Amino acid sequence: METQLVLEKWPGVVSTVVIGAKKEAGGSRGNTVTIGGQNSLPLLFKEGAIPHKPIIAFEIWDIAPQDWPDELISAYGKAINDPLAWAEKCVNEFKAELLCVKMQGTHPDFGNKSPEKAAKFISLLLSKVRVPLIIIGSGDDAKDNLILPACSEAARGERCLIGCAVQDNYKTLVASVLADGHSIIAESPIDINIAKQLNILISDMGLSLERIVINPTIGALGYGLEYAYSIMERARLAALSGDKTLASPFICFIGQEAWKSKEARVSVEQGIIWEALTATSLIQSGTDLLIMRHPQAAQKVNNYIENLFKDKE
Amino acid sequence: MALSGLDIYKLLPKTNCRQCGFATCLAFAMQLAKKTVAIEKCPFISPEAKSILEAQALPAIKLITLGSQESKFDIGNETVMFRHEEKFRNPAGVGFIIEDGLSDTEIRERLRKINQLKFERVGQQLSVNLVALKQNKDASRYLEAVKLLLDNTTLPMMLMSKDLAALKQAVIISQERKPLLYSAQQENFAQIGALAKEFQLPLVVMAQDIDQLRRLTKELNGLGVNELILDTGIKPLADKIWDLTQLRRQALKRSNRALGYPTLAIVEQTDPYLEAMEAGAYIAKYAGLVLIKGWSSWEVLSILTLRQNIYTDPQKPLQIDPKLYSVGQVNRDSPVLVTTNFSLSYYTVLGEVEASKIPAYILSVDTQGMSVLTAWAAEKFNAEAITKSLETCGVKEVIRHKDLIIPGYVAMISGDLQDQSGFRIIVGPKEAAGIPAFLKKLN
Ligand code: SF4
Repeated sequence: METQLVLEKWPGVVSTVVIGAKKEAGGSRGNTVTIGGQNSLPLLFKEGAIPHKPIIAFEIWDIAPQDWPDELISAYGKAINDPLAWAEKCVNEFKAELLCVKMQGTHPDFGNKSPEKAAKFISLLLSKVRVPLIIIGSGDDAKDNLILPACSEAARGERCLIGCAVQDNYKTLVASVLADGHSIIAESPIDINIAKQLNILISDMGLSLERIVINPTIGALGYGLEYAYSIMERARLAALSGDKTLASPFICFIGQEAWKSKEARVSVEQGIIWEALTATSLIQSGTDLLIMRHPQAAQKVNNYIENLFKDKE
Repeated sequence: MALSGLDIYKLLPKTNCRQCGFATCLAFAMQLAKKTVAIEKCPFISPEAKSILEAQALPAIKLITLGSQESKFDIGNETVMFRHEEKFRNPAGVGFIIEDGLSDTEIRERLRKINQLKFERVGQQLSVNLVALKQNKDASRYLEAVKLLLDNTTLPMMLMSKDLAALKQAVIISQERKPLLYSAQQENFAQIGALAKEFQLPLVVMAQDIDQLRRLTKELNGLGVNELILDTGIKPLADKIWDLTQLRRQALKRSNRALGYPTLAIVEQTDPYLEAMEAGAYIAKYAGLVLIKGWSSWEVLSILTLRQNIYTDPQKPLQIDPKLYSVGQVNRDSPVLVTTNFSLSYYTVLGEVEASKIPAYILSVDTQGMSVLTAWAAEKFNAEAITKSLETCGVKEVIRHKDLIIPGYVAMISGDLQDQSGFRIIVGPKEAAGIPAFLKKLN
C-alpha cells in the first residue's frame, strides 16, 4: 500500500495588506510591498498558496540612535548621525525595500520633538526616499497621540503602516489612519486574546481588517523567543481555521530585541547571527514583516528567504 | 491514535469472568485505556487483540538512544505537532560532520574545539551531542580517522561510509561507543542491516521519497533491525521542511509504524549564518538529529539556544528558587535589585549585574515562574508580595541601607511599596540592558 500523504486544507486565509502607494494610487512611492494572503501554514508550499514572501524593513530613527551597541553603529558609518542620509544609505546601498522609522526623538526623554517638527521630518523623508514607510511612535503614549496624527497627515495618501495601537490607547491612531488612508499596527503583549480583542475594537471603528497588521511582541533568541513563537503558531492556526479577527499578517521587531541581548555585545558575528536566527525562527512561526537593524543580518536573512522561495512562486 | 476504553472493550472476550480482577470486561478495558494495568491479566484475550493492544501502547515515534555511557542521549518519543499542544520532549541532537580527508592535526584540532562547545544559559547546561565521520578516502585512512575520534572525543559517533568492508572494520574497533551507522539504502540495506543487527547498533535509513523510506524500514524490521533513524537526503530547505513535517504527521496522525522513528537532517551550507538558520529551521520543525560542519562557538551557541527555546516546556516556565542571591564581593552598602523567580528574568538581571562589575544583591520574589509584567498583572509582583519577600529573605540583616531597586516596568507600585515595606524605592531601567549604566550612576 502506498503511503498516503497527510494534507491539511484550511478554510481560512490571512488577509492581504499593501504598504505604500504609487502615483496611480494617489501616493508618490516608487514601489509597494504586499504581505499576507497565505492559506497554508508557514513554508508548507504544497498545501496552499503562499503568495508573498516575508519582507525585511530596515529600522531607522529620526535622531542618531542613543543606546545601540558599537557593532551595530559601525555598520552604518557616519550616515547614522543624519537620519536622512541613513535612510538613503539603507535604500541605495543595502537595497531596503521599505523603511521603518521610529520617531524616538519625539520622546520626552530624547529631545521631545514637537508634532510640527515630526511631521516636517516625515515629509522630508518621503521626498528623499521612494520606498514605502512604516512609522512607529516613541512608546510614550501621551506624546504618540500628538505626533503620530501629525506624521499620518504629513504622509496622507502614501499608504504607510503606522503604530503601535495598544489595547488602552488605540482610538486616536485609528482615527488618523482612517482619515489619511494608512494601515495600522495592533500590538498585544504576547497574548492571543488581547490580539483578537484589539483587532475587533479597531475594526469596530471602521478600519477594515485588511488594514491591520499584528505585532505579537517578541523576545529575542534566548530571551523568551518561544513565547511569541507559540502565540504566533496558535494565532495562525486559528486564522487558517476561519477566525477572521486573527487573520492579520504579523510584524516582528527583530532588531530591537536581538540587539538588547548580552550576546549581541560579545562580538559582531554573535550579534549578527543572534538577529538573523531570531528572524528566521519567527519566519518559521509565521511572521510576514521583519524589522531589522544590522545590514549584514538583513542580507543573510534575505538569502535565506530566497532559498526558501526558490522555484516556489 | 490512542484507543478509547470502548474501542478496547470491543476487542475483549466480553464474558465478564472476573479472572483479571475486575468485575466486568468493560471495567478492565477502561483501566487498559489509562495504561494502569497489563494486558496479560486477561488470560482469554485473542492473539490478534493482544497484538493490536500492544502496538497501541508503544510510542508513535520510537525512542532511540545514541551513544553509550555518560554522553549518550535520547531522541524521538515525540507526541505533538506544535509545542503549545503539550511540549517537545527530547531535544534534537546537534552533531558535526568531519571528513577523513583532513590531516591528523586538523582532525585533532577540530575535535578539541568541538569538545569545548559547552555553554551555560538560564541555569541550564547546553552541549553538543555527536561527531559524524565521513569517508572520502580509502579504508585504511578511514580506520585511522576512526581511531583519532576514539582517542580525542567522548562524544557519541556516527560512521558515514559507502564501503561496507571499511564500515565493518570501523564498527569492530568502535563498537563500545555504539556508533550510529549511515546509511541503509535500496541497494545495500540487507548487508548494512545485518551489520547493525550483529553489533546491535542504530542505523540511518535513507531514501529521497517517503514511500520508498517506508518500504525500506519494513524490510529492515523484517530482518530484525528496529533501531532506526529516517533521512530523506539533502534537498532544498522548503522541501526538507515538508518531508520532516510529513514524517511527523505520518507517525502521529496515521500511526504509520514504519515511519514512527526520529529523523535526521544534514545541513549543506558553507556560510555559517546560513548554516545556523537552516539548522534552526530543522530543530523547530521536527528533526531528531541535525548535522552541521561549522564549529565556531558563536554559531553553535545560537543553534543550541534556539533548541533550548523550542524544547522548553510551555506549561512549566523555568523557575529558580525564590530567595536572596548575592553577586560578587557584596558588603553592607551593596545595592539590592528585586525581580521575579522566572529564570529568564533572574538570569538576565544576573548577567547585567555581573557585567557591571558592581557587587549587588538580587532578590528573587516567588511569582511562580511568571515574568515581571505578567506577575504584576496577576498580583504576584505587587507591593504586598515584594514586602513579604523582603521580610523573610534576610536582606535586612546583611545591609545597612534601606534602598530597593525595582524594574522600570513596575514603576507604578513605587508608592505602595514604599509605604508597606519602609524601603526607599528607586525605579530602575525598563530593560535589563540598562542595568550596568544605572548601577554605575548610582554609585
Ligand atoms: S479476564 Fe478477560 S474476559 Fe474475564 S472479565 Fe477480565 S477482561 Fe473480561
